[in-house]
Amino acid sequence: MTLSPNLILEFKTLLGENNVLTEETDRLAYAYDAAVLKPVTPALVVMPTSEETLGRTIKLAYDNGLPITVRGSGTNLSGAVIPEPGDGLVILTNRLNKILEINQEDLYAVVEPGVLTANFANAVAATGLFYPPDPGSQAVSTLGGNVALNAGGLRGLKYGVTKDYLMGVEFFDYNGELVKTGSRTVKCVTGYNIGGLMISSEGTLGVFSKLIFKLVPPPKASQAMMAVYDTVQGASETVAAIIAAHILPCTLEFLDQKCIRVVEANSKIGLPTEAAAILLIEVDGSHQAGVDEDAAKVKSLCTKCGANDIRVAQNADEKNKIWEARRNALPSLARARPTTVLEDATVPRSKIPQMVSELNRIAEKYKLEMGTFGHAGDGNLHPTILCDKRDEEEYRRVEEAVDEIFDVALKLQGTLSGEHGIGIAKAKWMEKETNKATIEFSKNLRRALDPKYLFNAGKKIV
Amino acid sequence: MSNEYSPSSLTELAKMLMQLDDLLVSCMRCGFCQSVCPVYGATFREADVTRGKIALLEDLAHELTADAENVNERLNRCLLCGSCETNCPSGVNIMDIYLRARAIVAGYKGLGTIKKLVFRFILPKPGLFNFLVKISSVFQKPFLKRANQKVGTSTAAVLNPFLGRRHIPSLPGKTFASANGSVMEPGRGGPMVALFPGCVPDKVFPGLAEASLKILRHHGAGIFCPTDELVCCGIPVLASGDVAAFDELTKRNLEALKKRPFDYLVTPCATCASNIKENWHRFKDRFSAEHQSLIEKIHSQTMDLTAFLVKVLKVDFQPSQNEGKIVTYHDPCHLKKSLGVSAEPRAILKSLPGLSFKEMPMADSCCGFGGSFSLFHYDLSKQIGQSKRDNIVKVSPEVVATSCPACMMQLMDIMSQNNDQVEVKHVAELYADTLN
Repeated sequence: MTLSPNLILEFKTLLGENNVLTEETDRLAYAYDAAVLKPVTPALVVMPTSEETLGRTIKLAYDNGLPITVRGSGTNLSGAVIPEPGDGLVILTNRLNKILEINQEDLYAVVEPGVLTANFANAVAATGLFYPPDPGSQAVSTLGGNVALNAGGLRGLKYGVTKDYLMGVEFFDYNGELVKTGSRTVKCVTGYNIGGLMISSEGTLGVFSKLIFKLVPPPKASQAMMAVYDTVQGASETVAAIIAAHILPCTLEFLDQKCIRVVEANSKIGLPTEAAAILLIEVDGSHQAGVDEDAAKVKSLCTKCGANDIRVAQNADEKNKIWEARRNALPSLARARPTTVLEDATVPRSKIPQMVSELNRIAEKYKLEMGTFGHAGDGNLHPTILCDKRDEEEYRRVEEAVDEIFDVALKLQGTLSGEHGIGIAKAKWMEKETNKATIEFSKNLRRALDPKYLFNAGKKIV
Repeated sequence: MSNEYSPSSLTELAKMLMQLDDLLVSCMRCGFCQSVCPVYGATFREADVTRGKIALLEDLAHELTADAENVNERLNRCLLCGSCETNCPSGVNIMDIYLRARAIVAGYKGLGTIKKLVFRFILPKPGLFNFLVKISSVFQKPFLKRANQKVGTSTAAVLNPFLGRRHIPSLPGKTFASANGSVMEPGRGGPMVALFPGCVPDKVFPGLAEASLKILRHHGAGIFCPTDELVCCGIPVLASGDVAAFDELTKRNLEALKKRPFDYLVTPCATCASNIKENWHRFKDRFSAEHQSLIEKIHSQTMDLTAFLVKVLKVDFQPSQNEGKIVTYHDPCHLKKSLGVSAEPRAILKSLPGLSFKEMPMADSCCGFGGSFSLFHYDLSKQIGQSKRDNIVKVSPEVVATSCPACMMQLMDIMSQNNDQVEVKHVAELYADTLN
């Protein structure tokens, strides 16, 4: 650490002794996030406890030229909150965790950025409303992080992702000045849509202090089922057929054979281990009759596309059992080997069969253990490579395989990342998906809003 | 301290921690432990949560830090409640990591004098330990001031340097062991039970140990309880990384227990139950072949008293009218998270006449005691305890029940500190009161 003692003292005066972590032991615990990447130890970690001190923290850091990385719960999978090398400062938002308002009349809520997604969703549910985005890390992820990474989840197909719920943002610019954008109204065309720019900005444009989210009425009825297939093709055709029939299931999830087998081996819930793939489907709506009708249509489409078995949940218990298979997919895969590399390259829905066969080819080519599950309805699959990062030779094959996965996804007119973010992990691929002009435009944008390039400089656009 | 856990240099310490590498590497840094860790919930600091602690241990093992002192300090800011392990998506063997790491680091740093005196000299000697308790209970009187009549706590200004400003239960005149001596009863056709009272029930809450004895007698179980030979189950010394003391205590207990055959080992202490069942087994390689086979047997025979009543004795606990004093239940971590027992104590409570059961919010969140954690980190322990207390009073109970005497001490302190008029009882005490 080369920060001047005076500067550290200034942070301590501003934030309180306890909210400035200087000891190496404490700083080492912020060197990583959930991505499998090289850790970088920050020079200083600070925990502002109010909006006002957050703004002054940013000004103090920026004036002194400290590279700034804002961190919520550090659960992202792309290295977006790994600190910057040098005198990297980590600003923690987890003490800014108040739900400021849940407005039941106008269907919105105002929160601080450190509120946990699940706590928020529960508080909203307690008022009889619904906040749909449900990223896998919702029990720990912060809403600020969800906006910065545009977190998705299982309900994307019907309900959309974080960006579809953000109505307004207040954030600090590099001068520590508060910028306000969006509003509490359904319609708002005042000024630029800066909130849209903040979505998936990965901490490169400003630091959120308040977020306004849209809320919706919850569905009143639902029906879940599991469809079993001999071929991935059949599962994928079902997805296309359901959408073509203009039915939007709230969740439409896919598990390949490897996933089915590891889940079954771990949790013995009676999954068909000989199946090539299963789809887990849930339809919901405001009336049971309408839901039943949709469910019946979905069922017949599954059969038409080759499902050899369809298990419809008859009660809450059975429904829970169906979703247990999905919930256990990642944990079961993660237990198989020491290191879990979780990708999220996304393709147009119709390309899923090609994507799955390409993934299998890549796993075979690089002799890697891979299981694939994910949001089939969104074309957003999670090929998950199981390995041991300590085995350098094996890990090199993993990296090559990941590169090839991106290549394939782009060839299929897909995208590098559906919901995990670019961060450090995929920054080098940005130009390949877009073009040079896009990168230059993005850099110009960054320079305008962050002239010293101190906001998470090594992430997203480099 | 045995040599195998005594690294002498930092490089050697790193090398020994590398033995844990296979365990450490399975942490995928998802950070899900943040959602359940009581310490992190109080401090929001990553070094206080398991993901951070595992990262620090890896850093020490890979010599990326030389600050063993501070890593050890962070490592000990943990209640060993096991919430993280229960919720870990990658199934990391966190308790394994912590207990082994604490042993290795304690071997490097050495134990403090007081810990050494207590762990090596007092705990292994039941006679001496009881004598000290007796002396303390006589001498406590002039120093104690009644804090809360209903809860049954006192304050002891003279002990503040050791116990913080804790409100403590008054020590009884006689321990369970000195009142009963060793017990050996054939029973009336029920299974033979080795009753392991545990230090806290024996010395602080003898009424609880008596209640356990009464319940077992009532149901006709045979009882084998060699109070003059049984010693501490070993969890305090293991949590402090003193494996040598753990070896000694476990050996003494095994020697005492091998003298009579029994079908089950039963204890009213959730912490003793999980330690005897899980940790004796976890470290079984450290013992002789004879002791290992006894540990194997005990591993499958050990049960918490409430689970034993429901699962083995199959006592038919029919729900009562649910009228009368409101009682709520706190899940001890070592019972629910370590042993998966949570329905049984509730079934018992719901059956008791004169009580109306009401579930508190977050009944399974840790009370914040954590044994010696509460001595060394009393303010943190109190802060965690306060959230527990706030959840307890939400259901306005007259009684808060639990199944662990260690939790009882914490609950008594926090209820007393808040001047709440709520009794703290073990499920077994409430049940025993209804038996004639």
